[in-house]
Amino acid sequence: MPQALTPKEVHDRLVEKFGEEVLEFQENPFNPASKVQPERFLEICTWLATDPDLYFDSLMCVSGADYGAKLKLGVVYNIFSMRHRHTYCLKVELPRDNPHVPSIANLWRVGDWLERETFDMYGIVFDGHPDHRRILCPDDWEGWPLRKDYVVQEYYHGVKVPYSFGEGDRDGTVKIKKGLEE
Amino acid sequence: MSDSKPYVPLEGIQYGNNVFITTADKLFSWSRLSSIFPLTFGLACCAIEMMATGAPRYDLDRFGAGAFRATPRQADVMIVAGTVTLKMASRLKRLYEQMPDPKYVISMGSCATCGGPYWEHGYHVLKGVDLVVPVDVYVPGCPPRPEALIEGILKLREKMHGERFLADKLAKRPVAAEPIGALALNPAGGKA
Repeated sequence: MPQALTPKEVHDRLVEKFGEEVLEFQENPFNPASKVQPERFLEICTWLATDPDLYFDSLMCVSGADYGAKLKLGVVYNIFSMRHRHTYCLKVELPRDNPHVPSIANLWRVGDWLERETFDMYGIVFDGHPDHRRILCPDDWEGWPLRKDYVVQEYYHGVKVPYSFGEGDRDGTVKIKKGLEE
Repeated sequence: MSDSKPYVPLEGIQYGNNVFITTADKLFSWSRLSSIFPLTFGLACCAIEMMATGAPRYDLDRFGAGAFRATPRQADVMIVAGTVTLKMASRLKRLYEQMPDPKYVISMGSCATCGGPYWEHGYHVLKGVDLVVPVDVYVPGCPPRPEALIEGILKLREKMHGERFLADKLAKRPVAAEPIGALALNPAGGKA
């Protein structure tokens, strides 16, 4: 009978297998996670999905994260094993300019739209994605809306985007606040 | 419901049982306002109230406005019910342009009128549908109750009641120096 592993056990096996690629274990009681390097990320995920003791056959969620206006971006993957009934979480941190991470859309098919959404909101590029484009915003939208230093564009196809007041206060446009300063 | 009339009679003069005299304009606007076909345009929670308005409890069909059309080519009024995103705005404008004249727009709820709760941080929301298409009636509320939407439709009927398209068209036409039928109508013959 296969047995569910604790997050710490999963982390130890990851370190045993990949060594330097796995950075640290975050003992958050709600979402224990391993921080890993992005370079061999697809390899790590493939091993997690296929190893008989781990067998994470289901991707539950892909989320983007912005850790602050001058800090890094991140992607958080929540995975689950239907066979062993255990969950785990992987985190990747990426540089703010030109963030790249290997796509896992071909490994877990559900990752397709989840990665597209992360790209749409944070501008994180998933290398090897089968259909890499925006999913919610229009294709010609400028900027990455959920980044903390996002400033909304003034016009979209000739339509003013920020709210402008009525008569007498036409110039008083409301600017979307700039990102948190650290 | 304030002073709006749910039933608008056709104005004219009746002779006996079979003869009724009115102007073409009055007949057209009366028949137009008695049968308003809305375009199915539910975008958010306002659509739920719009559906309730069309359902038996509020029964929009009492005013002849319950036949929601699934194509703009058969619709008279576009009830913009809900949040219009900038991505949707170009589609909304295209649907409006596909509607046959005369056409009307009801902006239902805060979102369609000014962006609603998304006015400040909704980077993706159009801040008022009147930035894209001309609006005839604004219905306030978040979402407006069915009574409010009915009031909006009655206001629109009032507006349609006063329209005189033929008279306006004739007034714009250049007037001939001498009316064409003048000779025939003059019993004395020749120029008067």
